[in-house]
Amino acid sequence: MAKSIDVSDVNIYYGDFKAVEGVNMTIKAKAVTAFIGPSGCGKSTFLRTLNRMHEVIPGARVEGKITVSGQDLYDPAVDPVEVRRMVGMVFQRPNPFPTMSIYDNVLAGNKLNAKRMKKAEADEIVEKSLRGANLWNEVKDRLGKPGMGLSGGQQQRLCIARAIAVEPQVLLMDEPCSALDPISTAAIEDLIHELKDRYTIVIVTHNMQQAARVSDDTGFFNLKAAGQPGHLVEFNPTKKMFTNPDSESTEAYISGRFG
Amino acid sequence: MSTTPPDLETEEPLIQGPYAGVKFGRGDKAFSTVALASGVTILVTLAAVFVFLFIKGLPGFTADPEIFKPSSDSFWGYVGRLLFGTTFAAIIALLIAVPFSFALALFISHYAPRRIATPVAYVIDLLAAVPSVVFGLWGARTLAVSSQPVQRWFDHNLGWLPFFKGPASATGRTILIAGVVLAIMCIPIITAICREVFSQTPRLNEEAALALGATRWEMVRYAVFPHSRSGMVAAVMLGLGRALGETMAVSMVMSSTPIITLNMISSTNSATIASNIAANYKAEDNRIQTVLLATGLVLFLFTFLVNFVARYVAGRGERGQR
Ligand SMILES: Nc1ncnc2c1ncn2[C@@H]1O[C@H](COP(=O)(O)OP(=O)(O)OP(=O)(O)O)[C@@H](O)[C@H]1O
Ligand SMILES: [Mg+2]
Repeated sequence: MAKSIDVSDVNIYYGDFKAVEGVNMTIKAKAVTAFIGPSGCGKSTFLRTLNRMHEVIPGARVEGKITVSGQDLYDPAVDPVEVRRMVGMVFQRPNPFPTMSIYDNVLAGNKLNAKRMKKAEADEIVEKSLRGANLWNEVKDRLGKPGMGLSGGQQQRLCIARAIAVEPQVLLMDEPCSALDPISTAAIEDLIHELKDRYTIVIVTHNMQQAARVSDDTGFFNLKAAGQPGHLVEFNPTKKMFTNPDSESTEAYISGRFG
Repeated sequence: MSTTPPDLETEEPLIQGPYAGVKFGRGDKAFSTVALASGVTILVTLAAVFVFLFIKGLPGFTADPEIFKPSSDSFWGYVGRLLFGTTFAAIIALLIAVPFSFALALFISHYAPRRIATPVAYVIDLLAAVPSVVFGLWGARTLAVSSQPVQRWFDHNLGWLPFFKGPASATGRTILIAGVVLAIMCIPIITAICREVFSQTPRLNEEAALALGATRWEMVRYAVFPHSRSGMVAAVMLGLGRALGETMAVSMVMSSTPIITLNMISSTNSATIASNIAANYKAEDNRIQTVLLATGLVLFLFTFLVNFVARYVAGRGERGQR
């Protein structure tokens, strides 16, 4: 049950500092949307507003409207906890829970709902999620071992398994491959391709080829000048973006002439 | 790291283990010397205390049974009763202090807005600086008196429990109140340490929980507590140390005799080792002095034992999960 996201006139603040301004876009359901742009332009900041993780930072706030399938995320009646259950997130650095086993890590989100699960049901979710994250074959014999005992790439896939175990409608990924080797990166890119059938995926990346390979749409963020808020320069289908972008600065960034 | 080629080592490494083979600069050397010196000083002091207690107290173990009458008829009976009182008062204190301190520390580190958290933390820290005599006076003069109705209520309504068998003390100066006073004295220590370890929880782990849709309490259970476990145990141990060793506050609050009773609200209370020493150390009889030193030795060893057991238990839990 993937959902589309509508963003209109969003400004994002850290206290008095305006980090991102005037973002408008429509993120399509069951598609991969990539955000690219130079460091500090607010890609992570914007991504975190899509599951209301931005506001966990003291003083941080959001203006404007973000709707997921017509439901306003920032409506006062909406519980941010519910939003985060619906919109999953994978972070730049793998962050499995250090004291939990692989098995418990995968189920961490499911157990939050506090309902008792039968063992068989839990086993099924674990296997399905780990298979979904292309990790099952590597860990099936050591599910009881700590998640921290895995390699960085495996940990990141464990975090993806944890995120998809609760079957969210949207999956946000903030530079999920930045700490990984080419093989793990390829594994995660394959995974993104497969997940696209079921989830709406938004991914931040510094890797142009990656954006070109995995995404359907691309948004380019930029800074006018240091200290100025970041803004969305261009949002277009990835094909167009990488062959015939609307904006000169997009072309300059993509072809590596700056940034 | 054990594979460091030997030609990199210009000198014998000072440290074996994970950092063996790492080159040492002058600063490292100075620091490790200072650290070693401090460590040795502490150990030497502890050993000196132990030797003192051992030599001076040893005759107490075989003291004339006459002096333990009427409360008991041998040294072990006597010290056993005192040990019971010590443990009992400490358990009452920790039962109150631990949940309260954890909650308070969590409130300061994760729930309260900063402009409330900072003054609350400050006030708690101030409490730690209040001398125990003051707590003792307050407990005996104020808390004991004003808590009499509550203690009577316990007697009437919960009298079927051995803890509240009564009859309720007329002065209110009971082991229950001593426990409460001890709890108040433990709270600042436990809270301060827990607050510090709670707030050191890696942001990454907290966000991992939140991003899964954890409520704040669930985030605490998933990220904060697992990360803080050994720190929480250490905090409780320090609090326990204070509860076990406190003299003035306890001996001022309750008059006590070496007996074993679970009754927390009657006027006969089990003495603790430390308060018993405080109450009797001026005794004329030299034999009693020796016996008190012997009980001190028992307390010293008991505290060590409790610490080791707690660390072992905490460590085992952690190793099991790692
Ligand atoms: N917790 C914070 N408090 C205050 N300002 C912040 C915070 N996090 C980020 N910022 C600021 O917001 C702006 C955008 O940061 P953000 O992390 O979103 O950039 P980014 O595009 O993700 O960069 P990168 O590609 O390096 O990850 C930056 O100017 C940054 O300094
Ligand atoms: Mg970022």
